[in-house]
Amino acid sequence: MSTLPRAITLAPQAAVPPAAARRAARRRARRETATAWGFIGPAVVVILGLGIVPVLWSLLLSFRADDLVTPGRWVGLDNYRALAEDPGFHTAVRNTLLYTALYVPLSLVGGLALALALNRRLRLIGLYRTLVFIPFVVSATAQGVLFSFILDPEFGVANSLLHQLGISPQGFLSDPDQAIYLLVLISLWSGVGFCVVVYLAALQDVPPELVESARIDGAGRALILRHIVLPTLTPVTVFLLLWQVITALQVFDLIYVTTKGGPLGSTTVVVYFVWQQAFQTFTAGYGAAAAYVLAVALMVVGAALRVVRRRQSRTEGVVR
Amino acid sequence: MRTRKVSGWHLLLAPLALCFALPLVWLVLSSVMTNAEINRFPPALWPKGIDLGGYRYVLGNALFPRWFANSLLVASVAVGSNLLFGALGGYAFARMRFAGSRLLLGLMLATMVIPFQLTMIPTFLVMKELGLIDTLGALIVPSLVTPFAVFLFRQFFLSLPREMEEAAWIDGCSRLRVLFSIVLPLARPALATVAVLTFLSTWNDLSWPLIALNHDTQYTLQLGLTTFQGQHHTRWSAVMAGNVITVLPVLVAFLLAQKTFVQSLTSSGLKG
Repeated sequence: MSTLPRAITLAPQAAVPPAAARRAARRRARRETATAWGFIGPAVVVILGLGIVPVLWSLLLSFRADDLVTPGRWVGLDNYRALAEDPGFHTAVRNTLLYTALYVPLSLVGGLALALALNRRLRLIGLYRTLVFIPFVVSATAQGVLFSFILDPEFGVANSLLHQLGISPQGFLSDPDQAIYLLVLISLWSGVGFCVVVYLAALQDVPPELVESARIDGAGRALILRHIVLPTLTPVTVFLLLWQVITALQVFDLIYVTTKGGPLGSTTVVVYFVWQQAFQTFTAGYGAAAAYVLAVALMVVGAALRVVRRRQSRTEGVVR
Repeated sequence: MRTRKVSGWHLLLAPLALCFALPLVWLVLSSVMTNAEINRFPPALWPKGIDLGGYRYVLGNALFPRWFANSLLVASVAVGSNLLFGALGGYAFARMRFAGSRLLLGLMLATMVIPFQLTMIPTFLVMKELGLIDTLGALIVPSLVTPFAVFLFRQFFLSLPREMEEAAWIDGCSRLRVLFSIVLPLARPALATVAVLTFLSTWNDLSWPLIALNHDTQYTLQLGLTTFQGQHHTRWSAVMAGNVITVLPVLVAFLLAQKTFVQSLTSSGLKG
């Protein structure tokens, strides 16, 4: 009997003498633990080995002058002090904030507007939804290659369209005043689809009887949107806000493929800066410090949104 | 009256949807254009005929098929091992009681929010210690199992009724057998979700291969494409053909698994 694995939910059998039962239970628990560790072993090794360990290692690195090849040297907070005075890092932070401040609200508002427009029964609506979403699965590399072709100042199709409209040719990604805005547009092209899909799913949860009774009471579309639809969408909006902020702060692939941080540093974002420091100029300790600044910023954003979310669920609980 | 209202929406939605599709349409069109058609100003908007020169050029290149094979290998190993180790881990966290399970689960979930950029330098160092830099192993090892897969399987298993599993234990089935012959056949949605999302993220990744690989015979498709662009500036049709081949597997995967895909995206972050 005791060799059989016991289902956790079953009540202990009272008929067995207490001491023997305890011993048997201990033995079972030990076997259960061994099996469990066998099951989670690979995940623990890979995830914690390449998740938690590097976080601590990175912190250590950020206090060192290290080129990844020769043994480094402890410099304390010097890297952070240097970052505070580095104009290159300041530009990177400014570019990152500008990119985030444009991309996040535009993708949320655009995603909501598109979701509201796509949330109806029409012929071909499935096709429309698919077309809006498809750019999301295209890799940033492929997007970058495609748009550097479309936006090529000399023989890109964009300039030839402008030409036909009588507008003089633009420098696009080679123009320091335009590059980052175009990168935001390219990211929106692929990123809006994600917001649309999430909002479309959330719109299914808007209680139809509430909308119906509001309509009977004479509420117009705008009123229904403001007082019924938008409040239902708030939790989803908070999630998307967090998600898009994280995505925006981490943008790298698209920039590497299109502008490589240029022209004149106008598209160097923090992550690009980190990569350059670690793998191009071989000042890995300095890069690690910059990465830590970004990570702390992300954590602050995450924590702030968590607080908002918790407060929200509390008030929601009161309403219900 | 009603039909007019419907067509009004089409007037708004059709051009909007078209805007999203146009760059991809242009990608495909330009890949079958001749160089003369692409290089003249203004460029031709529609190819005269289908010219497969770009594709022939790309596939005739010794490296390109190799990059494709590398990407396929890395992505399929990642999919297979995430399904296996993700399900094993998720099952243990959902159904077994052992010391430290809560702490471990918490730590794993915490790694989900750590930005890759924070870990990329030390991960490079770990891979260097393991002697894997500049091999596909450096791409495979970190993607063997993700916290997301473990977490998703755990959530799914928690939602399954326990009765059948309990009956099997009482009949003397091992945990492993219960998982493989009872639980996993019921877990098809979770399996599909993990497979699709793992494929997408490994296939589309550029930053990690960029760091971990030096030699172009080891490149993945995404990384190869970036070098391709510089080398073959005069042959845009070839670059675009390469781009089509890079995008195609993901588009096919998406269209095949559209429903699962969209569901998994919308549920992955929302029901935490």
